[in-house]
Amino acid sequence: MTDSATLEAVSIDQDEGNFSYPEDYAHDAGYGLTEKTIDYISDIKGEAEWIREFRKRALKVFNDKPMPTHWASEDLNNIVFDHIRYYLAKGQRPTRSWDEVPDDVKETFERLGIPEKERKYLAGVEAQFDSEAAYSNVKEELTKEGVIFVNSTEALREHPEVFRPWFGKVIPTGDNKFSALNSAVFSGGSFIYVPPGVKVKHPLQAYFRINAENFGQFERTLILVDEGAEVTYMEGCTAPKFETATLHSAVVELVAMKDAKIQYITVQNWSNNVFNLVTKRGLAHENAEIRWIDCNIGSRLTMKYPGVIMKGRKARGEVISIALANDGQHQDTGAKMIHAADETTSNIVAKSISVGTGRSTYRGQVHIPRHLKGCKNNTECDALLINATSRTDTYPAITVRGNRHATQHEASVSQVSEDQIFYMKQRGLSEGEAMSLSVNGFVNDLVREFPMEYSVELKRLIDMEMEGSVG
Amino acid sequence: MSLVLTPPEETTSRPADAWCAAPPVTDAEAKLPDWYRDFQSAAWDRFTALPVPVRTNQAWRFADLTHLRFDGFTPARPVSDSLAADLVARAVSGRPAEFAAHFVFANNRLLHAETRGLPAGALCLPVAEALASHSELIRPRFLRHDDTLGGEKFAALHDSATLSGVFLHFPKGCVAEHPVIVHHFVGGEDAVIFPHTLIVAEDAAQVSVVDFYESIADGEDTLVVGVADLEADRGGRIQYVALQDLSENGAKQVHLQHTRAGRDAAVKVGFVNLGAEWARSECVSRMVESGADCQIFAANLANGAQEYDQRTLQSHEAQHTTSDLLFKNALYDRSRTIFSGLIQVQPGAHHTDSYQSCRNLLGSDEAEANAMPGLEIDADQVRCSHGSTTGAIDDEEIFYLRARGIPADEARKIISLGFLHGAIEKLDGEALQDLLFARVERKFAGLA
Repeated sequence: MTDSATLEAVSIDQDEGNFSYPEDYAHDAGYGLTEKTIDYISDIKGEAEWIREFRKRALKVFNDKPMPTHWASEDLNNIVFDHIRYYLAKGQRPTRSWDEVPDDVKETFERLGIPEKERKYLAGVEAQFDSEAAYSNVKEELTKEGVIFVNSTEALREHPEVFRPWFGKVIPTGDNKFSALNSAVFSGGSFIYVPPGVKVKHPLQAYFRINAENFGQFERTLILVDEGAEVTYMEGCTAPKFETATLHSAVVELVAMKDAKIQYITVQNWSNNVFNLVTKRGLAHENAEIRWIDCNIGSRLTMKYPGVIMKGRKARGEVISIALANDGQHQDTGAKMIHAADETTSNIVAKSISVGTGRSTYRGQVHIPRHLKGCKNNTECDALLINATSRTDTYPAITVRGNRHATQHEASVSQVSEDQIFYMKQRGLSEGEAMSLSVNGFVNDLVREFPMEYSVELKRLIDMEMEGSVG
Repeated sequence: MSLVLTPPEETTSRPADAWCAAPPVTDAEAKLPDWYRDFQSAAWDRFTALPVPVRTNQAWRFADLTHLRFDGFTPARPVSDSLAADLVARAVSGRPAEFAAHFVFANNRLLHAETRGLPAGALCLPVAEALASHSELIRPRFLRHDDTLGGEKFAALHDSATLSGVFLHFPKGCVAEHPVIVHHFVGGEDAVIFPHTLIVAEDAAQVSVVDFYESIADGEDTLVVGVADLEADRGGRIQYVALQDLSENGAKQVHLQHTRAGRDAAVKVGFVNLGAEWARSECVSRMVESGADCQIFAANLANGAQEYDQRTLQSHEAQHTTSDLLFKNALYDRSRTIFSGLIQVQPGAHHTDSYQSCRNLLGSDEAEANAMPGLEIDADQVRCSHGSTTGAIDDEEIFYLRARGIPADEARKIISLGFLHGAIEKLDGEALQDLLFARVERKFAGLA
């Protein structure tokens, strides 16, 4: 098979998001990061003093921490922190009605695929345009049920009694260099509170977009789900292409109280110049369940290891991950499962596809401390290599203390077999179609885990690109 | 034909107390070639320059670094005649009935050598002697390992020291039916030995070697820094087994093993760890030409506060190479094991078939097993997989055996031993399997 044909066959079209608008930002903190930048952000947002202090402490931690290149990709050294803008906003307050949203913003959303009619069944739309949420619509019924769904600035200003106790508790500032960076300059993101017993019927969504050269996006998300409540949150992102690298470093904290359920779905399709360095972690109390469903298609380097701390008895954690690394991309993804109570169970299923010179990496950690009983972990990671130049790595770390647990880990690496392709070609499929069918088959069982609209989109994305490109 | 050598006279010209200031050279052997002297001093410079591993070093992840100590050790002193006779008797009673050759070293000095079973043409002699008599034969293959898995400071220390151990050179077509047995004893407070094994199997040659590492007495702080290098040429076959049964109180071991497998060569490596307070083992298997096959097996039984830290690399550097790895750890009390394995398929090493598996059986609520099975695949048409499991003996298995009249304790023992036997039985030679398994059983009997 010809490499270029195959390459085209499996590459995902990221040009859909290749557009941008003139920059006319009302608020811009300039380049580089100092205490002044933080004062600027805090002043603009009119933040309480404790947040300003929180940010400044974080800046110190960020400056003190070395780059984690003793285990992570050397590519991190190519980030020039002084060439990044740390705050940028339209300077507008979140608008309540669609009519108030500026036209160019609306157009962006149109292209991103948030058609107005879709909003009818999407319970709430928290669409983020650059740093501030440009549009925020929480349906009346949710408000009646007591669900809070706002951006980070509003949350900490209007509902500090709800969010402050958990803010920065699941992922402490000093967790890693990039969580510290986020803590220093965060803006935007979604803060959600679901009261006890409320089962949010429709998934909540936020769309993110980067729209200025050298602009890093540092959104902060905190989702609190009270006893017996349930919520699904979806996050999808595209970004226009720029010539210099852009940094995206989010922090996402989830807290599931007793018997609560959280499902967090991400489809990441940043353009190929974005460093996507994200810290995501959930805290599951007794009998609670946290599921991370993660799909990484874009970016230059993604480092993302969603984690669950199972703090209460019978808590459950799950990570389902799909990664596709194309030419010049490195998808360094994985999962962290920290068992901290009896009878907690966790499950990790990761599948990656490496195309062309793409590199995909699975990094995992499973930790079961002593004096617990009945903890179980299952980890499966499968990698598919498409070309001779593709690369895949697997680096799990499993620590088990005590004899009342069971863990299993299995990983495999394979190719699309020539026999399969031959068989399908015999039956009249083109090579591209055959490859597409194979790749779709490889990820099919995971794609089905995504909510319907996402799974249809994902399948279509893979299908379309593979079938259309081979003559 | 058995000869017992009197330990050589102490001719130390260096400070005998501690070697943190000077290389750990015990005997000023005049016969050693100049290139080796230069090599030693270069290694000592390397040793002093290299940093002590720190927590953030990924090659030492999960390891308890408090076990590391690089100074305050003394060169091991020669043992007395009567002790030498005891040790030789101990070694003789612990060897298999049939063997090609048998060497006994204590505190870096040769006590005993028997070579009657060697095939014609085979060269098998102590490293020190080989350096003097076969300098040019040993030189191109001696201490050429520059790819360690974190133990480079220990490797440099080993290279700078006076070595004990055996050099084996099996020329083309030379086949030994039975294994070469080598015993290394260490004793004396703060004593360190540097056993070295270098095995070269030329085209279609076959050789098997077993290294035994044991303490002279219990409860002494000792360190063994051993290196075993294997080199198999076209169609060569090597089996190498290292059995570590040092004292659980105070003894420490670092073992660096390196394999280079050429075209259609087959190399089998086995590790059995029973003793020592802390044992670190690094195993690099390079398959450098097509058709090379490496198999690595380990059976470790840890109890008390023992820590076994094992790092492996299966490096596929040519097309159509295969490898298999199976490490089994049974853990009791507060013991810890660390397994870090990596399968690396280099660019162009297409059609690689590689497997890696680590199984941990936890026998107490305090034991800790760490597993880091890794893959780095940079080639096409590759079949690679790894697996790792950690768990305890299933209650149902115990129930099944109890239902057949076997008491619960006995049932647990049978299952644990069977578990470890699964790795030992992969090695060639029934007599050797039995011998290794008997040592495992002996330790197990002491656990209850």
